[in-house]
Amino acid sequence: MKRLWRTLFAVSLTLVSAGCTRKPGPASARKPTGFGAALVESSGGKQIGATGMVLAQPLVVQVNDEQGTAVSGALVEFSGPAGASFDPPSGLTDSSGQLSTNVALGGMAGRYQLIARTSAKTQKTVELKIEEIALGYQQQLGYQLDNKYCARCHNPESSPERVSNYDNLEVKPHPFTEGDTLNKMSDAELTSIISHGGPALNKSALMPPYGYTLSKTEIEALIAYIRLISDPPYHASGMVYAQK
Amino acid sequence: MQSLKNTFSSLWQTLFGHPVRAFGAVSLLFLISLAIAPAKNYFSEWRHYQNRYLALVRGRGDAVTLQRHFHEHDGIQQIWLPTLGVVDRCTTCHAGLKEASLADVGTQPFRQHPVIPHTLDQFGCVMCHRGQGPATTVEEAHRSTAAWEQPILPARYVQSSCGQCHRAPLTGTPQLNLGRNLLGRYGCVHCHTIKLPDGSAIKPTDVPPSLSHVADKSTREWVYAWLKDPQAYAVTATMPNFKLSDPDARDISAFLIANSTPIAGDTAPVAPGAKNQKPPDPTAGASLYGESFCASCHAVQNAAGNVVGGDVGPELTRVGSKVKPEWLRAWLRNPRVYDSQTLMPHYRLTDPQVSLLTAFLGNKTDSDLLANVHLDAATPEQVAHGKLLVTEYGCASCHEISGIKKPDNFAPELTRIGSKPLTQIIFLPGMTHAIPDYIAAKIREPRSFGSALKMPQFSLAPAQVDALTTALLSLTDRAHDLPLALTVPSKPPSNYQPAGKAGQLMADLTCFSCHAINGRGSDMAPDLTWEGSSVQRPWLQAFLKNPGTLRPALIRRMPRFNLSDDDAKELTDYIMAVYQTPAFDRDSMPSSGYPPAQVEQGKQLFYSKYACQSCHIVDTKVDKGYVGPTLTQVGSRLTAAWIYHWLKDPQAMRPGAIEPNRNMNDEDARALTAFLMTQKGSNKQEAKK
Repeated sequence: MKRLWRTLFAVSLTLVSAGCTRKPGPASARKPTGFGAALVESSGGKQIGATGMVLAQPLVVQVNDEQGTAVSGALVEFSGPAGASFDPPSGLTDSSGQLSTNVALGGMAGRYQLIARTSAKTQKTVELKIEEIALGYQQQLGYQLDNKYCARCHNPESSPERVSNYDNLEVKPHPFTEGDTLNKMSDAELTSIISHGGPALNKSALMPPYGYTLSKTEIEALIAYIRLISDPPYHASGMVYAQK
Repeated sequence: MQSLKNTFSSLWQTLFGHPVRAFGAVSLLFLISLAIAPAKNYFSEWRHYQNRYLALVRGRGDAVTLQRHFHEHDGIQQIWLPTLGVVDRCTTCHAGLKEASLADVGTQPFRQHPVIPHTLDQFGCVMCHRGQGPATTVEEAHRSTAAWEQPILPARYVQSSCGQCHRAPLTGTPQLNLGRNLLGRYGCVHCHTIKLPDGSAIKPTDVPPSLSHVADKSTREWVYAWLKDPQAYAVTATMPNFKLSDPDARDISAFLIANSTPIAGDTAPVAPGAKNQKPPDPTAGASLYGESFCASCHAVQNAAGNVVGGDVGPELTRVGSKVKPEWLRAWLRNPRVYDSQTLMPHYRLTDPQVSLLTAFLGNKTDSDLLANVHLDAATPEQVAHGKLLVTEYGCASCHEISGIKKPDNFAPELTRIGSKPLTQIIFLPGMTHAIPDYIAAKIREPRSFGSALKMPQFSLAPAQVDALTTALLSLTDRAHDLPLALTVPSKPPSNYQPAGKAGQLMADLTCFSCHAINGRGSDMAPDLTWEGSSVQRPWLQAFLKNPGTLRPALIRRMPRFNLSDDDAKELTDYIMAVYQTPAFDRDSMPSSGYPPAQVEQGKQLFYSKYACQSCHIVDTKVDKGYVGPTLTQVGSRLTAAWIYHWLKDPQAMRPGAIEPNRNMNDEDARALTAFLMTQKGSNKQEAKK
């Protein structure tokens, strides 16, 4: 109750002080001059970051009108689950119809569904959902191990720094995002195949055993990472108790 | 007034007029005041959260277990660790931190703690999260109050806490590692002293060039443009922007050029006839640049704006606008004449090659860069003023400038910046009064704290600012006051120096710029500590003369240094004699003459049981794997003993090797060694490379 009064007092104080200042506040500067019909993601979605940290690439969204041409001066607001923050949280699109924001994800590992909103001419709100992944300590460790040991074969994407070996293999490895296959395997099965190699589960011998190279903690971290980035998302079986 | 007085006196009469009534009233008051403390306890915040936790648990399938865990310790919980100075009552409200089955609960304060390598009982909470451990209200535990300065550390900086005890880089803390790296790489520690708990100081890892001879290398116009905006010349430049006014930049450039002294031999005049000659074939220069693997260390910005190449040496996108051609010729011929400490190897290029590269690099110009720079001849007053400015801005903290002493403690020491008392900090209006916010703001825009401040503007990405903040936040009082036994020290830096003529050769070729030996050097190329046990002498000598391709998928490869036969032999002798492992004798297994049956068995093992072809190529027609090196000529490259021991335990031979340990039995390892030793390669394949 006391807190409620305190909040009310604070709100009224802010209102009064806002009323007293003559300077045009940021709110008036943000008045939209354009209205679009669609919101599209230009870049920065589906990134893998770390909990609480700013994503490597800014999130860039573009406002288009019915014809698909970019609209400048449209107001875009970002929001996300608890902990996610945006810098800036809202703004007007630039001359190319785009708005860029730096996203920091929350303190909990997992998938973050971010929402960008803009209002159309008809006062209707257009929404765009963007998903980002935050790695916790364990998944972060798994990500590092993936980069060092696994990605050369399991990731079909090549970069100049690391050419993928995926195409060279007769039996194709499963990319770690391949949830359709990997979600069906239990943690025990994944541990077994990582520790003892492909033949342990009657799979290809091209997958060597890592049980003598990686520790138990490292293999757990790797699995935690694989579970988090899988698409469609992985839902642990067992151990889940329904809440009332 | 009178009526109020009447009412009051009648009330007094009613309560205390009669001794019995007075006794009753006083007792009542006494009782009420006695009840205040229990009531405060009963309605306390933590009890409220404990009740909410019990309500949350009640409906779950695992309620009985969770309730039992909870009721084992009623009331206020406490983790007390005298050695670490930890008194944490956080688990009073955060009741589910240790409950693995609460993984599905997302609401605070009841979430399960994510998996980390430490347990709560060993380390408590505030070691990592800061905040006020003994507090039992939300406000006091999490935020900074009048009596407590350290609020909860935002999640984005939490890796800083690992750095309080762990001095060596950890796999799980990439942000902290990056931040510590940047402290050296961006030269923060040239001006700010940072002492580590073990007494040593962080050393800079950048190599700012000496400015004592800058007039040999560059023009005054370029120096001026660079001083005004280093990133306009090279987007990757680590030199910060001092936001100099035009006259100040003019005077500093005047001083630096006037102060410069020539070095004999650091310029090589272009032959008189050369200017009128046709420019050499531009593609030849580009291909020599490629063949020499200049891009392993130097980056160039391409048309799309992407910076491609290594970051060991400076970016070369506009190098033609920076250096004088006669200096560049001499530099390419032997960089050690101008700078004896440079990381650049002495390539031993022929004169036509030097001309080719000079022309190629000289064409990398940007006409916009110097278009608006018009400087009149410098006056003595300008030079004198320039010298004053150079001293004031502390240029000599980073650069060697003849006649100017490197200032000591030019900027505030940051040894305990992570625990700096808030009373010593001037915050900007609107800023959160907390150390992390202050450090980040100071790195992001130092001059926002006052235009007269000297700290320049660095060009850092948001992630780099966070990483630097994280590294600085780890420098707390706790980090310095912990008993050394409780910290995990980093390996002391190695100052290994190879001896003799070979040592001089290795310095001349700057082997340590790419390779590590005995703990010193870079990790760009393989560690050579035991190279003498690993390779065969004829192969090594031929490789030093003309390095071939070992890993086809790598873009960074060993360049050709055009070594003389004598130099190649000198180096080979040294490596073969000195860089040997104590683990085995390299000649303990023969290089040929294995029984055919064993070779055949090895081949079977290679392709079936161990499926080595997923990463290695033995037969170029069938195999495609190129994660590891190509093995077509491994029998003439590696010693049999090395192959055998490598197969048994790769990480023992080279820590961090990515080839998995297969726990191979002796028979298999010997058979595979026999098979691999028959892969001697053919001249045909050699010629193809």
